[in-house]
Amino acid sequence: MDNLDKLENQSIFILREAFAKFENLAMLWSIGKDSSVLLWLARKAFLGHVPFPVVHIDTSYKIPEMIEFRDRMAREWNLNLVVGQNRGALEKGETFPLGRKTRVECCTLLKKDALQATLEAKGYTGVFVGIRRDEEGTRAKERYFSPRDKNFEWDFKDQPPEFWDQFTTDFEKGTHIRIHPLLHWTELNIWEYIHREKIPVVDLYFSREGRRYRSLGCAPCTGSIESAASSVPEIIEELRATRVSERSTRAQDAESEGAFEQLRAQGYM
Amino acid sequence: MPELLQTEAPLRIVIVGHVDHGKSTFVGRLLNDTHSLPEGKVEAIAASCKRRGVDFEWAFLMDALQSERDQNITIDTSQIWFRTPRRPYVIIDAPGHKEFLKNMVTGAASADAALLLIAANEGVQEQSRRHGTLLSLLGIRQVAVLVNKMDLVGFDQKVFDSIEKEYRAFLERLKVRPLAFIPMSARQGSNVAAPSPELAWHRGGTVVEALDGFQAPAAPTELALRFPVQDVYRFDHRRILAGRVESGSLKVGDTLVFHPGGKSSRVASIERWAAPPAQEARAGESVGITLAEQIFVERGHVAAHAGDPMISSHQVHARLFWLGKKPLEPGRRYKLKLATQEAEVELKEIRGVLDSSTLETLPGRPAKVERNEVAELVFSSRRTLVMDNYDLHEATGRFVLVDGGQACGGGIVFGEAYLDEEKAGSTPTEIYFSESAVTEAERRALKGHKGCVVWFTGLSGSGKSTIAKALERELIQRGVHATLLDGDNLRFGLNRDLGFSAQDRRENIRRTAEVARLFADSGAVVLTALISPFREDRAAARQVAMDGGREFLEVFVDTPLETCEKRDPKQLYAKARRGEITEFTGISSPYEPPERPDLALRAESQTLQDCVTAVMDLVLARIRTKG
Ligand SMILES: Nc1nc2c(ncn2[C@@H]2O[C@H](COP(=O)(O)OP(=O)(O)O)[C@@H](O)[C@H]2O)c(=O)[nH]1
Ligand SMILES: [Mg+2]
Repeated sequence: MDNLDKLENQSIFILREAFAKFENLAMLWSIGKDSSVLLWLARKAFLGHVPFPVVHIDTSYKIPEMIEFRDRMAREWNLNLVVGQNRGALEKGETFPLGRKTRVECCTLLKKDALQATLEAKGYTGVFVGIRRDEEGTRAKERYFSPRDKNFEWDFKDQPPEFWDQFTTDFEKGTHIRIHPLLHWTELNIWEYIHREKIPVVDLYFSREGRRYRSLGCAPCTGSIESAASSVPEIIEELRATRVSERSTRAQDAESEGAFEQLRAQGYM
Repeated sequence: MPELLQTEAPLRIVIVGHVDHGKSTFVGRLLNDTHSLPEGKVEAIAASCKRRGVDFEWAFLMDALQSERDQNITIDTSQIWFRTPRRPYVIIDAPGHKEFLKNMVTGAASADAALLLIAANEGVQEQSRRHGTLLSLLGIRQVAVLVNKMDLVGFDQKVFDSIEKEYRAFLERLKVRPLAFIPMSARQGSNVAAPSPELAWHRGGTVVEALDGFQAPAAPTELALRFPVQDVYRFDHRRILAGRVESGSLKVGDTLVFHPGGKSSRVASIERWAAPPAQEARAGESVGITLAEQIFVERGHVAAHAGDPMISSHQVHARLFWLGKKPLEPGRRYKLKLATQEAEVELKEIRGVLDSSTLETLPGRPAKVERNEVAELVFSSRRTLVMDNYDLHEATGRFVLVDGGQACGGGIVFGEAYLDEEKAGSTPTEIYFSESAVTEAERRALKGHKGCVVWFTGLSGSGKSTIAKALERELIQRGVHATLLDGDNLRFGLNRDLGFSAQDRRENIRRTAEVARLFADSGAVVLTALISPFREDRAAARQVAMDGGREFLEVFVDTPLETCEKRDPKQLYAKARRGEITEFTGISSPYEPPERPDLALRAESQTLQDCVTAVMDLVLARIRTKG
């Protein structure tokens, strides 16, 4: 069994554990490469089906190609797509950079609050999220099954133990559990798997006029990198050589030390 | 474009040891010295240190949380990737503080090998030993010991030698053979990736060489098959059993035996999506299978081959480490999770408790197991559990105990204790279970709820039938398909050949339990009203329901004997007092009240309506949730 097989088998195991234990499940879909891999793995686990809704939190600041891609995939893969949005904040213009909000406040309103409202409205008790440990420091400390309390918060200073593939599946009313089936994957693994499985990804990842996106988010806060990689194998080659971290183009991470940790503690993905 | 080779699987290494002995510092140094840090990382750490007014701390690489940096302590485990020219690694940093042992276990349990750090200036400390004990319980057999902070003892060989001697002797008692003992300095980088002149007296190589000397684990494909069923899918007309092959392999055409119960069937196909068709699934693979003969299988069952039986028992003999904030005590209920099984268990017996740091047995007969202790224990479970001796099968030989929703302990199964039990009490395997073509979900959809058994117990005249009848009416009014099996009525037909001896009472209950379960299978909420005086018989009735996957609610109608005797609606107590009836419960035959009923009703002081409402709340909550 090679590395990708191992990663895949472990993720399938986790997806199936969650499906067996949670009645009201949903999967977050950011339209990026990771959540596309996560969706693909769900179809592996459930033999071609995605037996739960797929939730996209639409900040309205996503790059237009992402939304086109989302709607096309939802049709082709027969997904039950649920779109969540913080209309109130958008109408009041409480955003970055147009409104008076900082990047982090904007993330809180348009992503975290919108997510919280969507989960509460739909009553989801288990939510799949495609985060990985190698992305940044607080995610490196995550559990596969990570409880969130009544206030949506992550008590990262007192997490339950998790070992031997037995997961935290009990939760109190009004709380939910985040499930992270990709936690053990790296950015490079993701691309190797996309290559092997021929998983469709949005074109923005490929070089156009010498630049490409390495990580996708909202247009105002996500930069592109200088790159000539215009195919999946070229991206893999590039990543094998680079020593620049993946989220270096995500401005909200860099606001100030600890700001991103706070955002995550409050319930951000 | 050259053929893309995929990245090798990384070896997973956990770093353990006493608090402040330099684990996090070592990880930072290791990554730096193998040129594995992303651009700008060292500068970011330096800035963070400067902001806090401290010297440069490599530990900040892994201690990413603000509170970790502020207190200069690792709280939770973290993971980072790096590679040597030989292969890639995942480094798992674990906290060394006693308070965070649960996080250390979380990090260490998934490792292939461990590096245990001991600071030369402090020597072997409490957590140095406790972590050693836990590594052995977690089944991590490859260990190298790093004697760190050699710079603080002038790189003195004598200090190193004496630590090595002391700690080797300790590991010996755990039957752990370290692969290397290496003196080093994380702060200075001596002997981490490159040898250093001050440590020239040591010929054991660097830490990176020790890492490269560890063996990658092999999947247990050569062992006997164990395939725990995770779920049963019915996305189309097929019925697919989903699960991961934990050991061995299975092939299309193989006859599998499903434990507990021992029903067997042949593998008709192996199902995967967007993957080449396969005739075989091997250890580590998450697959689906379909069966040729339809038998009843559900989550929790474990498939094996006929020649490789499992232990099937209501008791679990285990060695366990306890992490719970509350002590582990006899008499309380815990949830035990073993492979995909879940069972409510009770601690039956504490055979001995060890201090996990000193390995000393605590004197006397300890009444409970405190946090961070290791104990030898016996648990009892209401339902049959299937398991293996840990030495033979890891995945089906270990379990997690859950208390208050959190994993609080990890146990490994002692196989020898079961040799006698294995032979007894198994159902013949030739009887096949013919499965209904109608699914559970269809029945549930039809009725809007699922079936269950509500078992009333109490003295004659306590009010069982009165409450049950009123409840039946209330449930029917709410659209719940409820039906009452009254003990007295059953004695006119089904049980008319039975008397009141202990043996006949047992058979009376067995038949009633089986009938109740059949009704519950058809989706009904079955109410039974029988005195059912013996605990053991009621436990057996519960087992019948639970074996069928039905919820069983024991309701104790707790009316004192005097009251029942005063009421005496059928004049039975009077007759029993006069000796005209023998073996009458409460007078000439005992009544064993339930120790932990799902509900106890004080029918004397509560109104009938209150009693009915209390049971109804319980029942409605159970039949409308996912099972
Ligand atoms: N002199 C010296 N100090 C060290 C060495 N390794 C770690 N330290 C210091 O020991 C303290 C505790 O280190 P840390 O890595 O946080 O320990 P941990 O609790 O085991 O992770 C820090 O102040 C480090 O700078 C070493 O090799 N030599
Ligand atoms: Mg540390």
